[in-house]
Amino acid sequence: MLQRETSLGARLWAILVWGLVGFFILNLLGMIASVVVNSVGTRWFTTWLPAGWTVRWYVLAWNEFGLPDILLTTVQVVGAVVLLSGLLGVPAAYAMARRDFPGKRLILLLFLLPLLVPPITYGIPLATVLYQAHLAGTIWGVILANLVPSLPFVVLIMIPFVEQIDPRVEAAARVFGAGTGRLFVQVLVPLLMPGILAAMLLVLVRTVAMFELTFLTSGPTSQTLVVALYYAVFAAGVRPGQSIDAMAVVYMVTTLVWLLIALRFVNPTQIVTRAKR
Amino acid sequence: MNGGPETPPPLEGGDWGEGVVRLVPGTARINPSPPPPPSRGGGGSGPSLRVRLRNRGLDGVTLLVLPGALFVVALFVYPFLYGLVLSFRPKDGGWFLANYATFFADPFLYDTIGKTLAIAVPATLLNVALSVPVAMRVRLMRRQRLLTTILVIPITLGTVLVAEGLLTYLGPRGWVNRVLIEFGLSAHPIRLVHNYWGVMLSLLISGFPFTFLLTLSYVTGIDPSLENAGAMLGARAAERFRRILLPLLVPGLAITLALSFVQAFSVFPSAVLLGAPAGPTRVISIAAYTAAFEQYDYPLASAIAMIMAGVQVLIVVALLAARGLVFRGPASTGKG
Repeated sequence: MLQRETSLGARLWAILVWGLVGFFILNLLGMIASVVVNSVGTRWFTTWLPAGWTVRWYVLAWNEFGLPDILLTTVQVVGAVVLLSGLLGVPAAYAMARRDFPGKRLILLLFLLPLLVPPITYGIPLATVLYQAHLAGTIWGVILANLVPSLPFVVLIMIPFVEQIDPRVEAAARVFGAGTGRLFVQVLVPLLMPGILAAMLLVLVRTVAMFELTFLTSGPTSQTLVVALYYAVFAAGVRPGQSIDAMAVVYMVTTLVWLLIALRFVNPTQIVTRAKR
Repeated sequence: MNGGPETPPPLEGGDWGEGVVRLVPGTARINPSPPPPPSRGGGGSGPSLRVRLRNRGLDGVTLLVLPGALFVVALFVYPFLYGLVLSFRPKDGGWFLANYATFFADPFLYDTIGKTLAIAVPATLLNVALSVPVAMRVRLMRRQRLLTTILVIPITLGTVLVAEGLLTYLGPRGWVNRVLIEFGLSAHPIRLVHNYWGVMLSLLISGFPFTFLLTLSYVTGIDPSLENAGAMLGARAAERFRRILLPLLVPGLAITLALSFVQAFSVFPSAVLLGAPAGPTRVISIAAYTAAFEQYDYPLASAIAMIMAGVQVLIVVALLAARGLVFRGPASTGKG
C-alpha cells in the first residue's frame, strides 16, 4: 500500500480536490432538487422554498402534455429497441468472440464507429435517408434510428461475456448433436443471462435518454418522453414552468429507476468506457 | 500457445483444428464445432471448399455477425455516404461545391465553427484538467462505488434534463442567485442562463462525470507497483505523478480528450435551451438542424454535417498523432 504524504502541501491539495468534488456534487444535487421542489410548489419567488405544496402540476402535465400517449410511445420504442438489438447483437457478439475471420478488424471498426461518432453528426444524414424512405415520423423510423447506436453497444458489451464461457461446454453440446439454434437456446443464452441482462438494461437506459436521434426522426405521434420534454422546455412560457418540471420529474424517475436496476448488474464506469478495447 | 505439458493430439489430420478457435486464457484449445463431414464424391485429394473456408474462420457461426453488420452498413455507413454525395448536389443545381462555398461565404454559417470551438475547447480542457487530480485521489479510495454512482446520474439523465434543471437552478429565482444575494456577493440576480455561460455550465455538469469516469478507468489500469517502486526510491507524490504516472497516462488522456471534445463539439439541446441560439451559442449543430428541418435544404444540411464531422476528425487525428510523439511504455497495461 502506498504511503500517504502528510506534509502541509499534500493535505491542502487533498482538501482542495475533495472540496472540488463536493462542490460539484452539491450543484448536481441542487439542480435535481430544484426541479423536484419546483414541480410540487405553488408559488416560488424570492424565498428559499415555495410558499405551499401541491400536486396539481402533475395533473396538469398529465393532461396537457398528453403524457399517457407519450409514455406508451416511449415504452413501445424502448421495448422494440431492446428486443431487436439483443436479437441481432448477441449472435453477432458470439461470432465476433469465437471466430477469427478475415476482415474481423473492419467489422469491429464498423461496430465502434456509431458509438464514437456523436448522434447529431450522423443523425442528420440518417434522418434524410429515413425521410426519403417515408419511415421518419413514424414509430418505426424512431426504432430504426435508435438501433444504430444500441446494436453495436450490445455487441461490444457481449463480446467479453462470450469469451468468458468455456468453449468445451459448447463442444460438448455439439457432440451431443445440438445445432447452432439449439446451442443458443439451451446452452448459451442461460450461461450469458447476466451479460444479456446488463446489456439490455443499459440499452434501455440509453434509449430512454437518447434525445438527438429520436428528435431528428420523430413526428408528432412518435415522440418519446425526452423529446416531448425538449419541446415543452423549448416552448416555455406557453405553459407554467412548474408543469414542465413535473414532466421532467416523470422523466427522471423513469430513467433513474432503470439505472438503479442496471447498476445492480454493472459497474458505473462501464456505462462510459464501453468503447475501450 | 498456452503451453500445457500435454497438448492434445490433433484430431483427423488437424486441418481444421488450428486457427479456428479464438483462445480464451486458461482453456484448452478445442474446436467448438464438430468435425467437418468427410467430403463426398470421388477425388478427395484436397480439402473441400467448406473445410478451406472453415480453416480461415468462415463457417455457419461466422455468418451470425452478418445481420448486425449489414444493419450498421445500411443505417450508418450508407446514410453517411449518401449525405456526402448529397452535399455535392446543391438543391438549386450549380457547381458541385456550391454548398460548401455557401457555408464558407456566409458569416452566419461559418462563424458557427468558431462559436462551437469557443464553447467546446475550454469545456473539454477544463473537464480533463479537473478529472486528472480527482481521479488520482479517488483511485486510492476503497469504496468508489457511491461516488461513481452519483456521477453517472447526469450522464444517464441526458442533456435535455440537465438544461431544464439548470434553467431552474441557475435562473433569476433559482438557488444559486438566492445564495449570491443572501450572502451579499451580489446585489441583484446574475444572468447565468440564455447566454454563453449557461451552455458552458451544462457542458461541465454533463461532461465532467464522463471525462472523470473515463480517466478513472485509465488511472486504475496503471500497475500500482510501478508507483510503489518510485516511492521506494524516494520520489515524492508530485514527482511520481510527473515522471511515472503522467507518461503512462498520456495515451489514455489523448483518447479521453478526443472523446470529450467530440461530445462537446456536438452540443445541441443545451445550446438551444440554455444558450442564446441566435447569438453567441449558435453552434454548428443548430446551423445543420436549421438547414435541414426549417429550410428543408437537405443538401446544405448534409454539407454542414460533413463539415462538422470533418472538424471532429481533424481534431481527433491531431490528438492521436500528438499521442504518438510521447513515450508509450509497455507497462501501461499493468492491470491486464
